[in-house]
Amino acid sequence: MSAAWTIADLEHWDTRIREQVEACGLSCYAQEFDICDHNQMLGAMAYHGMPAHYPHWSYGKSFERQKTLYDHGVSGLPYEMVINADPSIAYLMRENSLCLQILTIAHVYAHNDFFRNNFTFGHTGADRVVAAFKTRADRVRGYVEDPSIGVDRVEAVLDAAHAVSLHTRRNFGIRKLTPAEQKERALESTTPRRDPWQQIHRAAESTEPDLGRVPLEPDPDLLLFIRDYNPALEDWQRDLLTIVHDEATYFIPQMETKIMNEGWATYWHHHIMNSLELPQDLHLEFLVRHNQVVRPVPGDINPYHVGFRLWQDIRRRHDEPTAEEIAEHGEPATDGREAMFAIRECDRDISFLRRFLGPGMMRELGLYAYEPQGEELVVTRVADDSGWREVKEVLLRSVGLGGVPVIAVHDADLGGNRTLLLHHEHDGRDLQFDFAERTLGHLRTLWGRDVALDTLLEGKPRRLCSGTEGITIESPG
Amino acid sequence: MTTVFRPYPSSDALRSDRSAGDRLRHRKKVRDAIRENIADIVAEESVIGQSGERIIKVPIRGIREYRFIYGDNAGGVGSGDGDVEEGQVVGRRPGEAAGPGEAGDQPGVDYYETDISLDELIDIMFEDLELPDLERKAMRQMTVARGTRRLGYRRKGIRVHLDKRRTVVNRLRRKIAMGGRPKVAAAPDTAEKERFPFNKDDLRYRRRVPDEDMESNAVVICIMDTSGSMDTMKKYLARSFFFLLYQFARTRYQNVELVFIAHHSEASEVTEDEFFHKGESGGTRISSGYHKALEVVRERYHPELWNVYAFHCSDGDNFSQDDEAALAAAHELCEVCNLFGYGEIKPLESYYGGSSMQEKFEQIEAGNFQTVMIKEKKDVWPGFRSLLDRERKPGAAPPTDAGAAEG
Repeated sequence: MSAAWTIADLEHWDTRIREQVEACGLSCYAQEFDICDHNQMLGAMAYHGMPAHYPHWSYGKSFERQKTLYDHGVSGLPYEMVINADPSIAYLMRENSLCLQILTIAHVYAHNDFFRNNFTFGHTGADRVVAAFKTRADRVRGYVEDPSIGVDRVEAVLDAAHAVSLHTRRNFGIRKLTPAEQKERALESTTPRRDPWQQIHRAAESTEPDLGRVPLEPDPDLLLFIRDYNPALEDWQRDLLTIVHDEATYFIPQMETKIMNEGWATYWHHHIMNSLELPQDLHLEFLVRHNQVVRPVPGDINPYHVGFRLWQDIRRRHDEPTAEEIAEHGEPATDGREAMFAIRECDRDISFLRRFLGPGMMRELGLYAYEPQGEELVVTRVADDSGWREVKEVLLRSVGLGGVPVIAVHDADLGGNRTLLLHHEHDGRDLQFDFAERTLGHLRTLWGRDVALDTLLEGKPRRLCSGTEGITIESPG
Repeated sequence: MTTVFRPYPSSDALRSDRSAGDRLRHRKKVRDAIRENIADIVAEESVIGQSGERIIKVPIRGIREYRFIYGDNAGGVGSGDGDVEEGQVVGRRPGEAAGPGEAGDQPGVDYYETDISLDELIDIMFEDLELPDLERKAMRQMTVARGTRRLGYRRKGIRVHLDKRRTVVNRLRRKIAMGGRPKVAAAPDTAEKERFPFNKDDLRYRRRVPDEDMESNAVVICIMDTSGSMDTMKKYLARSFFFLLYQFARTRYQNVELVFIAHHSEASEVTEDEFFHKGESGGTRISSGYHKALEVVRERYHPELWNVYAFHCSDGDNFSQDDEAALAAAHELCEVCNLFGYGEIKPLESYYGGSSMQEKFEQIEAGNFQTVMIKEKKDVWPGFRSLLDRERKPGAAPPTDAGAAEG
């Protein structure tokens, strides 16, 4: 199959695609394409596409799982795998047909543009990321090979750190205050304002803030907090926590923009492929492939599908608004293309859906909300006139990092015995108990002392404490 | 904006298998998890009596990746074709049968399965077991091939055995012999340095010869009660025990001989196939089995030359007038055997029915006599282990949790 095209073919089509990319106004990093076989693709997938990555057994597990699924034909391999780096790196499988390669190349350029321009990726340091992953890998290998540390101890820390790696700040556009700034803010908020009539008024009571408390404000960066406040950790353990945290913050923007990003890439590959004037055979294959990509997945959300439709809808609303839309929102202020580029810069999935997923589109996509009842999943609301808001709320809760419970450190010295107190912001969804139990165990490994978590179980406040004898459940009060 | 296409690397060496180390590490974790659960796995019927290539599903605990995730009351949003109605069932909750699910994504039970071949499983099971008190016996030592070892060098061979150092030395030797010392550092102006290529005569290969080792002779005698009182459950437990023994002897020792004896009121030597698959009935005279074993030992496996191991499984429901004879024969067997193990099969429901040989065997004081009690499927493996554990102290009581008691 690989003989069906040559590198020269790819270069020829690439030149034409890039003409279109520039005409569309996409602004990309330099792009590199690696031709690989399916084994390398599986390998790249296990390590999230990174050319270098530190070793951990979970990646071996992920590889074997993908390979089993692939070997048994349960799941195919993705056409595209592209990493957020400058220059960006993408993989093309040599087993794929020419049409697929062209489609993938067009798709990849749009991802590349998204990585470069969307605000959530601002902190990821795309120009250094490949080198950064390489250095981290070298550091972890160094600890593994160090006879005084060894693979077992490194693994114990990594296992535990992986368990809570996603419990970090979610919006990297907001700067985290340093402890000194937090202190200042705490003092400011409790000091009474200057009162010009203090002669005649009774002075407002001022309460002294508890400045000895650690942390002053709830800290959502679990790994960094443990790194900074557990004095028993050794340097290499601190370094491992930093490494896991840094990797998580690099990947989080991709989770936060899944629907937007895939929709954006699909929208532009669709647009570019249609303007390439492909020969008929390639064009027909393209139509088939494209429809496979954007087909709705019954019972689930296909980000390619939802994203593609939303971007199309945004463009149409600006370029060809219906009479009702004009009556409701007035004439659009910008043209469709301009609006799209502004949105791709300053939104992420949750704001994107909140702003642009209307009841009409939800009906068109056939969205519904379901809940487990007994052993079955039962539809609770459909997106009709009365139910669409609820369906939308459920959807907004689950996109991006919505599937990750919000948990923050509230106290590092609960009861005066250095117990770490965490707080789960309950939003109607309970934690899976056995998973919470094991994860608290991991946290206990890192913290070195007892760990407690405040949450709600079946509507009642509960404190899960992980101590020397496993987990206990207390009901506070 | 520039674009680069990097072609598919033409050489295998450039396409490294980067996940190999992590896969190995994962595999090791799976093996460890299996070792911890082996009693549960052996209790599964599917393991007993199967061929080695069979792939079995093994439940594993503890190598899941845990995170904080949402649980039972978390719903979601799906897309449909527009005619979905409220109250409609759209799927099933992902449950225990989720298989090797992407950990951390789905809630589920702390349980996931992996595939492993029976051979690999047996390998893990018997890693730290051995035939106890194996002695060097005179005469007929058997030679066992144990791979190869290095023995000198030779001029012909395969590429992987090429000894580069010796080859280079030979080339230098030849160069010196042909006149002209080897230059330590070539002067920069000797532009046209003459090539002095390797010659076929320079090549030296490491020679490898088969390594042979001596192993002591050993015979394992399996004696099973096939009388009428041995119902399906009891036979199943006994066969499970012998299946483990059989697999153990086969995988860990290349030259151990196996003898199968089935007895009811009379005993006969049977083939492996008959032993594991044929049922019989009748009364029970345990002594008949022991006498048959003694006869076999006398005829073929003299204890001077052989390490003899005898194992007997019965429900202990002996014909009462035979007890004396059985005890005497057991004493005699202890004298010729390195180890004589007796497993009493007493499923819980029939515990108080029938007599027990185990009590009578308590009179035997020989250090090489061991008894285990097997009440249910999960006792088979611990019982078996207690007999053959390498860590076993001679004459020490096997772990009591195996339902075992010392005779």
